[in-house]
Amino acid sequence: MTKAGDEMTWKDLEVGSIITEPGNASQYQTGDWRTQKPTYEHSRCIKCGLCAIFCPEGCIGPTPEGFFEANLFYCKGCGICARECWTKAITMVEES
Amino acid sequence: MSPRIGIEVSRAISIAVRLADADVIAAYPITPQTHIVEDLSEMVANGELEAAFIPVESEHSAMSACLGSAAVGARTFTATASQGLELMHEVLYVASGMRFPIVMAVANRALSTPISIWGDHSDAMSVRDTGWIQIFAANGQETFDNVLCAFRIGEDPKVLLPVMVHLDGFHLTHVIEPITIPEADVVKRFIPPLEYPLPLDPARPVSMGAFGLPYIYPEAKKAQQVNLEASKEVILRCWQEFGDLFGRHYSPLECYRCEEAKVLLLAMGSFTETAMSAVDAMREDGNPVGLIKLRLWRPFPFAEIRSAVKGAEVLVVLDRALSFGGPGGPVCSEIRSALYNLEEKPKVVGFVGGLGGRDISPEGFREIIERGMEIAQKGSDQEFEMFGVRE
Repeated sequence: MTKAGDEMTWKDLEVGSIITEPGNASQYQTGDWRTQKPTYEHSRCIKCGLCAIFCPEGCIGPTPEGFFEANLFYCKGCGICARECWTKAITMVEES
Repeated sequence: MSPRIGIEVSRAISIAVRLADADVIAAYPITPQTHIVEDLSEMVANGELEAAFIPVESEHSAMSACLGSAAVGARTFTATASQGLELMHEVLYVASGMRFPIVMAVANRALSTPISIWGDHSDAMSVRDTGWIQIFAANGQETFDNVLCAFRIGEDPKVLLPVMVHLDGFHLTHVIEPITIPEADVVKRFIPPLEYPLPLDPARPVSMGAFGLPYIYPEAKKAQQVNLEASKEVILRCWQEFGDLFGRHYSPLECYRCEEAKVLLLAMGSFTETAMSAVDAMREDGNPVGLIKLRLWRPFPFAEIRSAVKGAEVLVVLDRALSFGGPGGPVCSEIRSALYNLEEKPKVVGFVGGLGGRDISPEGFREIIERGMEIAQKGSDQEFEMFGVRE
C-alpha cells in the first residue's frame, strides 16, 4: 500500500475496493478502542502463557525474558487476560 | 445479410446471450422470465453454447453464483423477475460494489401481494439504488440489441458495472416479434473479450468484498458513484458504434413527435409503443402533444431530460410503480426533482397506471394526457392520480 488507509482518497482505491496487498488488516490499529490497559507485575508471573491462549485478539506474546505481554497496537483492553491470570500478575488500569 | 425472423422475445434474448458467447449462466426460473433461461439451458445441453449453466435453488444463490463467476473474469448472464429480483436484492449491491459486469435480463413483473405474474415496473424500481446500470426496452428488437450492448457497456474497462436490461413481462417476454439477428462474427467484433483487471487468480492473490471501516467506506461509495455517472459516456459511445454497425440507433431517451409540443407524455418500456398511437391520434386532431420514451434509467440522463422538455407547458409522467405514501411514482418524482431548479419548466403531472399487467389502451393514454392537461390548468389536491382504478 502506497498510502495509509485513512489517507487514501476514492481515486486511490482499486476497482471494486479489491485488496491486492495480503495481510493488510495488520495495519489497522485496534488499540485505540481501548479504555483500560493491562499492566504487569513480573514477580508474580509464572510464564504459563494462559493469558496468550485466552486473548481474543491473539495479540499477547512472550518478551525476550519470557514474560507474556500484550501488543498495545492491537490490544482492545478487554481485560480477559487479567481475569484468567492464575497468579494475578495482570492488573487493568484506566488509560490516561 | 442478417436474417429477420419472427421469434418470441425471450428466445431472442437467449440467442443474444449465445452470440455474446457468455461463459456462465446461473439462474432460477420464474414467470415471466422462464423462457429465457430455459432456452439457454437447452443451448448449453446441446453444445450450441460453450458455457457452464449453474442450476441453483434460489435467486439469491443465482446472483451469488454470478458473483463467483464474474470474480474469475468469466462473462456472466442471468435473468429474473419480480419476487426473484427481490430475493437477490442484497446480492445486487455486492455485484455493483465489487464492480462485476454481470448482465441480467429482468422480465418486469408486479410484486406480491396480491400475487401477480403480470407486468409492471415495481420490481425494477425497488432495485433503483443498487448501483446497476438500468436500461428499459420498448420492443423485442430493442431488448435484443440492448442485451448485446449490456455486455459491451458493462465490461468496458472504464465501466465494469453490472447491467440490467428491463423488458415488460408478457407484453414483451411472451410475444413474437420480427427481430433481426446479426451474424455471429459481427457480434464477436462488437463485444471484445472480457478482461477483468483483478480476477481471482492463484498466481496473483487478492481479497474481494473485504471489510470497509468508517475511514474508507465513504471513499468506496464515492468511487462507485463517480464510476456509475461516468458510465454514461461509454453507454452513449456504445450506442453510437452499435448504430454505425447495425443501423439501429439508441439514446438515453427518445422524443416522438415532440416538435412544437406543448404537452409531453413520458413513459418507459413497452407501453410507450401504445402511447405513440395515442400521440398520433391526438396530433391528427391538431393537439400539439409529444412523447418521451425514457430508456436509460441509471445513470439518470439529467441533461437529456432537461433539454427534451424545453418549451413544453405540461409534462405528464406515467409510472408503472407506486411509492406507497410517497409522491407517486418514482419516475415522476425524479423527473420533477431534475426540473425543479430550472427557470423555465413545464408543470409536471404524475399518473400511476398499468399495475399488475393492467393494459392501457391508446384511448387510455389519450385520457391520461387530457386529464394531465386539466390538472395542470386547474390544479389538484392529490400528489398524483392512479389511472383506471374503479372508484
